[in-house]
Amino acid sequence: MTTLLNLKQATKTIQNESDTNTTILDHVDLTIRKGEFVTVLGGNGAGKTTLFNSITGTIELTSGKLYIGDKEVTRLPEEKRARHISRVFQDPKMGTAPRMTVAENLLLALKRGEKRHLLPRKMKAQRDSFQTLCASVGNGLEKHLDTPTGHLSGGQRQSLSLLMATLTRPELLLLDEHTAALDPKTAKRLMELTQEVIETHQLTCLMITHRMEDALKYGNRLIVLENGRIKLDLNAREKAQMKLEDLFVLFEEEKAQII
Amino acid sequence: MVISAIAQGLLWAVLGIGIFTTYRILNFPDLTAEGSFPLGAAVAVTAIVNEIHPVLVMGLAVLAGMSAGLVTGLLYTKGKVPVILAGILVMTALHSVMLYVMQRPNLSLLNHPRIFDSLAFLPNYFDAVVVGLAVVSLVIGLLLFFFYTSLGQAYIATGDNEAMARSFGIQTDRMKIIGLVFSNGIIALAGSLIAQNNGYADVNGGTGVIVIGLASLIIGEVAFKDVTLGERLISIVIGSILYQLLLLGVIRLGFDTTYIRLFSASILAVCLMIPQIRRALKLDTLIRKEG
Repeated sequence: MTTLLNLKQATKTIQNESDTNTTILDHVDLTIRKGEFVTVLGGNGAGKTTLFNSITGTIELTSGKLYIGDKEVTRLPEEKRARHISRVFQDPKMGTAPRMTVAENLLLALKRGEKRHLLPRKMKAQRDSFQTLCASVGNGLEKHLDTPTGHLSGGQRQSLSLLMATLTRPELLLLDEHTAALDPKTAKRLMELTQEVIETHQLTCLMITHRMEDALKYGNRLIVLENGRIKLDLNAREKAQMKLEDLFVLFEEEKAQII
Repeated sequence: MVISAIAQGLLWAVLGIGIFTTYRILNFPDLTAEGSFPLGAAVAVTAIVNEIHPVLVMGLAVLAGMSAGLVTGLLYTKGKVPVILAGILVMTALHSVMLYVMQRPNLSLLNHPRIFDSLAFLPNYFDAVVVGLAVVSLVIGLLLFFFYTSLGQAYIATGDNEAMARSFGIQTDRMKIIGLVFSNGIIALAGSLIAQNNGYADVNGGTGVIVIGLASLIIGEVAFKDVTLGERLISIVIGSILYQLLLLGVIRLGFDTTYIRLFSASILAVCLMIPQIRRALKLDTLIRKEG
């Protein structure tokens, strides 16, 4: 399988108010191959979100290198990386433009990574396909094409965010606890939709989750982060043998260490 | 007198629309306005005195305002200067620019042609109404075209949710610069119109214009809720006319015009507090019901 993303000795340190350095990512080496669906586990402060932020370019690495394919992108700004990488945030408010309608948001997403020109946006040509797309979710989103997204429920917003993130079939999809802010039933439905979208379009995906059941149930690789390092990296076969209890034990150990 | 107020409202509406494109769409206040407005006036009056055609003059004013916006935009996005401070810096610097342009603190248009002269056959004040309507329609038309292009949608998204916009590859810094350039171009256009209407330009002509622009914007919003973008732009025009009528009413009541700015600020303050006042009143009725 071809390499899609490569982190070499990726490190992020931040300076605290007291002038002490804290290392959030500690010389991480990570290779993601095409077609992998990696679930990412880790306690608070393990560096999961920082890992994502460095991949998208929201923050710059202190040292180390980052490659997409064989192209180095360590210094490439976030908006340039967006052509390859898309992301769904944890907070439903983060993923959509609240005053713009569902259809307008989708239209923005359709032009991911393209230059935005001073030409009419051509909404009519896309409306029917947007309608079909929204109807496929099955939560009534298709009735709200002209509703500002700020008026939607959290579940509708997150499924829209997922649709927007996957609309242009990005090379890499990052899901940052995207079901965490939803009630259990909605979260379950969104997770099923996620699985369906990833399978249909054979997307490469990294998914942060705090639900160990999901981490085992979905994906074909599992990594566990701890103190900015990769503590555990299981391939599909090893992951299949992993049981929920084993994971719990792993995290109990971690807690014990902190105490 | 009412016609005069309507004419004034139409001319000042251009300013409100300019302020709207940053204050409401990008969600930040741009203080450059207090400099780009009199700059537009200074450029227009100087150009007319130098016998350039009044219509062409307004184009020059727009270009001057756009340059001012560009400087604020670069200071803000590339220089990482907080946007309010960037606006204050440019506004202050523009004072000298205006003195350089006019070579004196104020300049009169006495015995020089104005854009309104071509409509001199109309009754008093109607010339300003026609010019105001024409310019306002043109500005709204162009803005609506822009807002519904791919670029315009990216611009709106930047103000709506910057993190999301960047994650879709929108160059948000560029959008902010575009917004500041367009906004200040429109504001300078307003300045050039008002100066021709007043018959002079003054380096201190910008004091308080943000309050006037915001007042038309907020009055329009209080009067018309939940409207489309096009209707919102029109509501600013209506807000601007209502504001001028209010001023007229107050002057008729015998208010000393020396203190007109105190009144302007008060109107805006009250309008801004309306949501709070409404809440307080509702709370009142609730308590009474329970009691």
